[in-house]
Amino acid sequence: MAELLIRDVRKSFGSVEVLKGIDLDVQSGEFIALVGPSGCGKSTLLAIIAGLEKATSGTISIGNRVVNNVAPKDRDIAMVFQSYALYPTMTVRENMLFGMEARHVPKPEREAALKRVSALLQIDQLMNRKPGQLSGGQRQRVAMGRALVRDPALFLFDEPLSNLDAKLRVEMRTEIKKLHQRVGKTTVYVTHDQVEAMTLSSRIAVLNKGVLQQFGEPQTIYDKPANMFVAGFMGSPAMNFLPAILGSGTVEIDGAGVPLPLARTVSAKPGKRVVLGVRPEHLTLAGTSSDRATLTAPAELVEPTGSETHVVFRLGARELVARFVPSQAPRAGETMRLAVDMEKACLFDADTEAAIS
Amino acid sequence: MTDTALHRDPEEAAALRKHILSRIVIYGLLAIFASVYLLPLFVVIFNSFRDLPEIAQNGLIAFPRSFSFKSWFDAWGTYCINGACEGMAKNFWNSVYMVIPATIISTLLGALNGYILSKWRFKGSELLFTCMLFGVFMPGQIALMPWAYILGTTGLNKTMWGLVLVHVVQGISFTTLFCRNFYVNIPDDLIKAARIDGAGFWRIFYKIILPISPPILIVTVIWQFTGIWNEFLYGVVLTTGKNQPITAALVALSSNGTNVRNYDVMSAGVLIGALPPLLVYFFGGKYFVRGLTQGAIK
Repeated sequence: MAELLIRDVRKSFGSVEVLKGIDLDVQSGEFIALVGPSGCGKSTLLAIIAGLEKATSGTISIGNRVVNNVAPKDRDIAMVFQSYALYPTMTVRENMLFGMEARHVPKPEREAALKRVSALLQIDQLMNRKPGQLSGGQRQRVAMGRALVRDPALFLFDEPLSNLDAKLRVEMRTEIKKLHQRVGKTTVYVTHDQVEAMTLSSRIAVLNKGVLQQFGEPQTIYDKPANMFVAGFMGSPAMNFLPAILGSGTVEIDGAGVPLPLARTVSAKPGKRVVLGVRPEHLTLAGTSSDRATLTAPAELVEPTGSETHVVFRLGARELVARFVPSQAPRAGETMRLAVDMEKACLFDADTEAAIS
Repeated sequence: MTDTALHRDPEEAAALRKHILSRIVIYGLLAIFASVYLLPLFVVIFNSFRDLPEIAQNGLIAFPRSFSFKSWFDAWGTYCINGACEGMAKNFWNSVYMVIPATIISTLLGALNGYILSKWRFKGSELLFTCMLFGVFMPGQIALMPWAYILGTTGLNKTMWGLVLVHVVQGISFTTLFCRNFYVNIPDDLIKAARIDGAGFWRIFYKIILPISPPILIVTVIWQFTGIWNEFLYGVVLTTGKNQPITAALVALSSNGTNVRNYDVMSAGVLIGALPPLLVYFFGGKYFVRGLTQGAIK
């Protein structure tokens, strides 16, 4: 068990700066998701934590020990790769023992660790197979097993579920969560899948273009995104962004005609250009006259997913996506009056894209 | 049912006839070309078992009327080459003692170089690799004089160890190229995983890289073995007499100063000299093609 501290880590490849000063405090036993679009620097950051890449500047410490100049094998970490990286000529047993052999762990200890982990992951019956004879899900388990036998202080996952099909991915996601609850190791998990990040982690770090956008609990990230990037990246369908202008205690969406009352007082002054962010589930059909914030818009497109139906409305030049229970969804062509849940709506500065408090 | 069956039968029969005809044409052509290529080999094999008077009487290209192993024994043990009547046995073993260490050392060095140049790249490693590639295109004659000088000053001239050194160095370009291009396709994640697991440079090499390598190692071994065995220029220039490899002895044998052309002994000698590479291809040929065409990880 160990905490991980990342202090002002920068990384440049030639003249390209891929990490621009990252600070992260990961407490002992936490499960952290590093999430962001491809090229945001999340995998580079993981490689720096693992010691496979050197940071240009800044410090990494694991369990109160600065490890900048410590070789990967001496950092007391284990890593699960997207490609699994199982040694193709070795059996599952040899794959799992390899690390302990390289470290000259005494044989009885090795066997005990092997027994413990194979029982934990239910891979006992695969021990004598080669990676080529395993299915994707089994390889994934073995890769985790190889990481677990060494009982490291820190677990690193590099998009471990990306190579699995959709159904297996959801299963393994649950497995990883259970596993973490059982072993309670500090874990850093890189993914581009915001659902994985939301479901698995105790805290999420959202990265974009080498800059940490927000670091917080999943629900905070979802409900109170620090800026438009985080708001747009987390959640599917994505948050609706509606350019608007601030009134006194109201906000008027461009092209909508009617000002919507704000649910709270804001620090910005009336007349300021803002962007109103509304998640699809915060738009409902306006039934009673008590709904104060409403918009009228025609439904253009209806997308049933089975459990819920997404409806695309046309609001001036903008599209507006709302989420409905299938039985209550409007049909395409119908013009509806929609209530906006102003309690949950977000406001962003139109220039800086940062959230307005 | 019957109607459609009747209707279809003639069509199927015609298609079958066409198929058989095209097969006959293809295999016929292949057989002709194969026999053209194999004809010289048959002539040599036949002549190695014929008596010299019979060859003189019936001509070089003819079916054997006599049969004996005499010319094989002559070529191996008693025929006079360069004044010594001891046959080619010594030269044959010279070649064996040269080709085995030279092949093993150059292949292992190639594997090691390939591993470094693909998985442990350093500043300038690509430039180094490009420079090594020059060796692939460089004709052997260019290095002849420098080698003569080096072997002369180190005292390795006229020994098989000198030739081993020459062939190892000359072969490194090829073995490195083969192995490096094979290892490039091994995912880097394997190396990263092993580094985190605690393995170092050598452990990764012999526990992970080498076990994946047999396809390409077979290719380099066959390539090096046949190349070194068949090499003539260095052998004839850098060694003399009884220290020469078999290729040099073969030339000496065929240019013996008497006026009689001993076609029987020459044929047997050629076959003795060609046998080892032939056997290597015979047993390793299918792995050769497989190793060159398949990637590192299936």
